[in-house]
Amino acid sequence: MGETPHRSADAGTGGTRVTEGHERPTGASARVAEAPVSTRTPGGTGLGGGGALPRARAFGAERAFRGLTLAAGTVVLVIIAAIAVFLVAKAVPALRADTENFWTFEGWFPNDAEPKFGIGALAFGTVLTAALALLVAVPVALGIALYLSHYAPRRVGTTLGFLIDLLAAVPSVVFGLWGREIFLRPVHDFSIWLNKYFSWIPLFGGEGPFGKSILLGSLVLAIMVLPIITSLSREVFLQTPTANEEAALALGATRWEMLRTAVLPYGRPGIIAAVMLGLGRALGETIALAMTLGITFNISFNLIENGGNSIAANIANTFGEANETGRGALIASGLVLFAITLIVNITARVIIYRRREFTESAA
Amino acid sequence: MAKRIEASNVTAYYGAFKAIENINITVEPKTVTALIGPSGCGKSTFLRSINRMHEVLPGARVEGSLTIDDQDIYDRDVDVTAVRRMIGMVFQRPNPFPTMSIYENVVAGLRLNGVRKKSILDEAAEKALRSANLWDEVMDRLGKPGAGLSGGQQQRLCIARTIAVEPQVVLMDEPCSALDPISTLAIEDLMFQLKDKFTIIIVTHNMQQAARVSDRTAFFSIEKTGDPGRLIEYDNTQKIFSNPSQKKTEDYITGRFG
Ligand SMILES: Nc1ncnc2c1ncn2[C@@H]1O[C@H](COP(=O)(O)OP(=O)(O)O)[C@@H](O)[C@H]1O
Ligand SMILES: [Mg+2]
Repeated sequence: MGETPHRSADAGTGGTRVTEGHERPTGASARVAEAPVSTRTPGGTGLGGGGALPRARAFGAERAFRGLTLAAGTVVLVIIAAIAVFLVAKAVPALRADTENFWTFEGWFPNDAEPKFGIGALAFGTVLTAALALLVAVPVALGIALYLSHYAPRRVGTTLGFLIDLLAAVPSVVFGLWGREIFLRPVHDFSIWLNKYFSWIPLFGGEGPFGKSILLGSLVLAIMVLPIITSLSREVFLQTPTANEEAALALGATRWEMLRTAVLPYGRPGIIAAVMLGLGRALGETIALAMTLGITFNISFNLIENGGNSIAANIANTFGEANETGRGALIASGLVLFAITLIVNITARVIIYRRREFTESAA
Repeated sequence: MAKRIEASNVTAYYGAFKAIENINITVEPKTVTALIGPSGCGKSTFLRSINRMHEVLPGARVEGSLTIDDQDIYDRDVDVTAVRRMIGMVFQRPNPFPTMSIYENVVAGLRLNGVRKKSILDEAAEKALRSANLWDEVMDRLGKPGAGLSGGQQQRLCIARTIAVEPQVVLMDEPCSALDPISTLAIEDLMFQLKDKFTIIIVTHNMQQAARVSDRTAFFSIEKTGDPGRLIEYDNTQKIFSNPSQKKTEDYITGRFG
């Protein structure tokens, strides 16, 4: 009972009824077919009538619309170019003033008389927190999405889906507050436990203090990206053609095997897109990380000791006191963040593109 | 290989709606049986209850008994996936897995059965594709997507996928209704060959097709909309089309059905 989702209620045999129309009695259909003939005006100057073809209109809605879209596109391009020029113009003097290596120096003192700042630790923290967040969020999100699309009774599915969408609407500053005021406690205790039994793994080593760590930041991030990934992949899973699900079941697949054979492969490009959107959000997340990370400037794989930082969090934390060079340095860090996001997105495109032969025919 | 199917008093529901009532049919091994009848008389419903695909829809259930070589497939202890492995199904519209290559489509069922060895899969894929009269057309592009084939080829691919797991029975629900006449002929030819090995039950709305391919024909009908479909007559195909014993059957096959 109910091995396929509810939306398939009559899809399985539904098509049949349509194509069987010509089994109907011939007498009845003949009568219907004759009816329109009498209403047609004979001869006449109807649309298909004789005479020369009408000339193309010189100026129509068509042209106006084309002009409008072209203008809109151009404006967007100009704005983007202007922003890029502005950012680079601000960043370059600051980078020139940097007395340390911008890529490797672990610290951020751009406001000093001899500015010293490096992006390495920040970029590392950004990527590490985002990656950890995805590591936690993706399996959970896909599990929930599959449950919602293929296991849950309709009412449960709708309610749960709504709650998850609601989670997406919570502002990130609220997540930040919740993270540092409430979630910090259990994470702190969990970190101590990890440290006690697994300190031989460098990830969980250290002497403490524990709590405001990469772990806390990543877990908060994971909760924040969970709804996006869940609701997008749920949509994707729901679009799997019923015919393919039934094909798998008819081959003797269990429900889980059916999901693996028909649903997951079909949803693959969509899953990748959903994960990339989640990653985009995780990489760019600012305030929640600024509030939950320990804000240090070193490169370390220790997940549980106080510490960690990210490019966006650093911008939020230090922009207030930044002088001219400081602001330029932050803008330069923003450009690096942009580059990271771009690389991630391009990678995703390449992955999807490599399988396009299969995904296109799937659409 | 092929097995005998016996349906007794099969009644199927969609929720509260009774779609077919008290169907009794015995299908002999290695024969082709055609199910014909007007639209909505429950041919698909009956077909899908033979491999327990009917119950996949929420609220759908089957009463009565259906045995395959005297084993009741609706018995509570029977594993439904085993039933479906034994009774393969080809659908009305070709439905190859869009993300899979031709090869992967054919071996999908074997993989579900846990076959991992490449040599076994290769052999089975070639055998199934040959049996489906598709091998010559696809042998040099097995790695290409199955969805890139023509409609008729896709349907033969689906047949290959179904017979690759070596079922006992093959059910086909209007397998040609989405195909052009040439592809239809190719599939009809195929049915002649397949009945050497399998018991075949085919739903068709094309009476010439039923007359051409089947040994036995079952005529289903309904009194009026909302009534359950019933089996009106079941006999040798020749008899049904030359000298049916029921007036309703005669009206239907001569096109006088009202
Ligand atoms: N998924 C479904 N849900 C509810 N009713 C259905 C469904 N599929 C078919 N039916 C109904 O069951 C009856 C038999 O349908 P079907 O078996 O598809 O007939 P046929 O294949 O002979 O055209 C029809 O009245 C149809 O409307
Ligand atoms: Mg049908």
